[in-house]
Amino acid sequence: MNSNRSKPHGLLAEFHTAADIFEAAMRCRDAGFTQWDVYTPFPIHGMDEAMGLRKSPVGWFTFCGGFTGFFTGMTMIWYMNKFDYPLVVGGKPLFTPLYAFPVSYEMTILLSAFGTLFGMFFLNQLPKFYNPLFKNERFKKSTDDRFFLCIEATDPKFGMDVTRTFLTEKCHAAVVELVED
Amino acid sequence: MASSGKSAVVKAPEPPAELVRESLVLNNRSLGWITNAIAGVCEKPMPMWWWPAFIVSVGGMLTMFALIAYLVSTGVGVWGLNHPAAWAWDITNFVFWIGIGHAGTLISAVLFLLRQKWRTSVNRAAEAMTIFAVACAGIFPVFHTGRVWFALLPGYLLPAPNANAIWPQFRSPLLWDVFAVSTYGTVSLLFWYVGLIPDLATLRDRSKGVMRRFFYGLFSLGWTGSNRHWSNYEKAYLLLAGLSTPLVLSVHSIVSFDFAVSVVPGWHTTIFPPYFVAGAIFSGFGMVLTLLIPLRSLFKLEDIVTLRHVDLMCKVLLATGSIVGYAYGMEFFIAWYGGSPYELYAFKNRAFGPYWWSYWAMISCNVISPHFFWFKKLRTSVVFVWIVSIFVNIGMWFERFVIIVTSLHRDYLPSSWGYFTPSWVDIMTFAGSFGLFMTLFLLFIRFLPVIAISEVKGVTPQADPHHPLGGAKGHH
Repeated sequence: MNSNRSKPHGLLAEFHTAADIFEAAMRCRDAGFTQWDVYTPFPIHGMDEAMGLRKSPVGWFTFCGGFTGFFTGMTMIWYMNKFDYPLVVGGKPLFTPLYAFPVSYEMTILLSAFGTLFGMFFLNQLPKFYNPLFKNERFKKSTDDRFFLCIEATDPKFGMDVTRTFLTEKCHAAVVELVED
Repeated sequence: MASSGKSAVVKAPEPPAELVRESLVLNNRSLGWITNAIAGVCEKPMPMWWWPAFIVSVGGMLTMFALIAYLVSTGVGVWGLNHPAAWAWDITNFVFWIGIGHAGTLISAVLFLLRQKWRTSVNRAAEAMTIFAVACAGIFPVFHTGRVWFALLPGYLLPAPNANAIWPQFRSPLLWDVFAVSTYGTVSLLFWYVGLIPDLATLRDRSKGVMRRFFYGLFSLGWTGSNRHWSNYEKAYLLLAGLSTPLVLSVHSIVSFDFAVSVVPGWHTTIFPPYFVAGAIFSGFGMVLTLLIPLRSLFKLEDIVTLRHVDLMCKVLLATGSIVGYAYGMEFFIAWYGGSPYELYAFKNRAFGPYWWSYWAMISCNVISPHFFWFKKLRTSVVFVWIVSIFVNIGMWFERFVIIVTSLHRDYLPSSWGYFTPSWVDIMTFAGSFGLFMTLFLLFIRFLPVIAISEVKGVTPQADPHHPLGGAKGHH
C-alpha cells in the first residue's frame, strides 16, 4: 500500500432498535439508493418491503432440483428394472410408475432440498469470508443486539459528506466510515 | 359508540386477561440477554456433571462398536435371532430410533408451517436429536445383514449392479426404505445446518480463541445478517420446511410398508402408515421432553424453554398418544371383523400368548400414561412430565417389539413356531446405541448453540418494529 488513505467502502450507521432501522431503511429506499443493505441479528418482519426488495427467487432452484430428482428416479428405475436387466419378480410388471413412485418421491425431496440450499448460497454469494464490514469492531454486535445500515461508496447517489449528513440528520444514527484495503 | 370526541387517536380496549398470550421469553429479557444466555452455554467450560456423563456415553458407544465388530467377524448368530423370528431387536431398535427423530422434524418443519412461534425455543435441540437418532437407527438395518460388505457394496442397497449384473429390486419396500431414511437423514442435516448459520456467526463474533473463531467462521460462511441475505434465507427455510413435512410423513409410512406390504398376519394392515407416523411423533416428543427438561434447568434456560413449552408438548403427547391407543383398538377390531382366522389368532396371541408381558407393558405405557395430560397441573409439573416421558420411550420401544416379534414367532404351521430371547450382544448393542446418541448430544451441547438464537430473538416483542418494545414511537 503506497497511500495511507485506503479506498472507502461506504458508511456504516448503527441503530439500537428495530423500529429505528426500519424507519431508516424506508428513508434510504425513498432517497433512491441502490447499493445499500441493512444488517440485523434476526430477520425483521416487513423489512423486504421497507427496503423495496423483490421476492426471493430461491423457489426456482427448488423446482429445478425437484424436477430433476423426480425424473432421475423414474428413469433410473425404468433403466435398471425394465431396460438393462429385466427380471420378473412375482409376476409383476417390469415397470410401472406406481412402484417407482416412493423412491422417485424421495429423490424429488432430496434434490429439491439441495437445490434450495445451493440456490440460497448462490443468490447470497456465500461462502464469502472476506468482507470489509468485518473490519469494524462495532459490527460484531450485528449478530447480537444492534442493527446496522451500510450505504456503499459504489452507489451512484453516494457522496461522502452528503450521505453522512443524510444518515446522521435524517436517520439519527451514529455513523462511521468503512474502508477497503 | 364509546367515544364521541374528535380525538384522532382511537384507543382500543385492552383484551381480557385470559386472552392475553403469555410471552414466549419470560421476564422481558433483552436481545443481548438472549445471546448471552444461549451462547454462554457453549462458551463457558462445561459444568461438573458433563464429564462423567460424557465418559459413560463414550463407553457405551465404544461397547456398541466393539460388539458390531464381533458381529461382523462372527455372524448374525451372536444376536438371538432364530428361524421364525428373523427380525427382532435389530429392526425394533431401528424403528424405535427412526421414530424418535420424527418429533424433531415435526417441530422444525410442521410447526413452522403452522406458524407456531413457540417452536423456536425447542427446535434446535429437537433437530439435533433427529439427526443423532437417525444415525443410531441406520446402524441396525445395515448390520443386521450380517455380511455387511455385501449390503454396502453395489447390488443390494446401492443402485448399482451386483456381481451377476443384476440391479436392485425397486418393487421392494426395503429398498424404498433405504432411499427414505437416507433422504431423511440428509435433508434433516441440511435443514439443521441452514438454521445454524446465523447462530454460528453469532458465536464467531463473540469468540475469543483462535480455534473457535476459525471453525465458527468457517461454518458460518461469512454470514453478516444482511437483509438481502435474510430474504433469500427465509425463503429457503420456508421451502425446506415445506419439503421436510411431506418427507417426514413419507419416512415412517415407508418404514411401515416394510411390514404392511408383507403377508404376515399382524403386519398386513392398511392402518399402518398413519399409525406409525402418530407413534413416531408420540415417541419423539417423549424423547424431546426427556432431553429438554433436564437441559433447561441445568443451564438455567427456564426463561426461554418455559413451562408453557412443556405444557404444549404434553398436549402433543396427549393427542398422538390417543391416536396410538385408537390404532391399537382398531387393529383388534379389524382382526375380528376381517374374518381371517390367522389375523385373529395373531392378535389373540399378542395379548395373551407367550409375549403377553410385552403387550401389556406397551398398553400401560402408551395408552394409559398420556391421559394424565388432560390435567394442566400435571402438564406443568416438570418432574412428573419427565417421568411420563420415560414411560413413553419405553412403551414405544415395546410397541415395535410387539409388532415385530409377536407377529413372527408363530408362523402359519405350529412346526414353525419359536420363541425369541435376546442374547447379551443384543442387549449391549442396544444399550450402546444410547451411548452413541448421548455422546453426540453432549458434544452438541458443548460446541453448538442449543437454542436457535436468531429465531428466539425474532419472536420477542423487541424484534417487531411496530411494537413499543421494538422502539415504535407512535401509530403507523
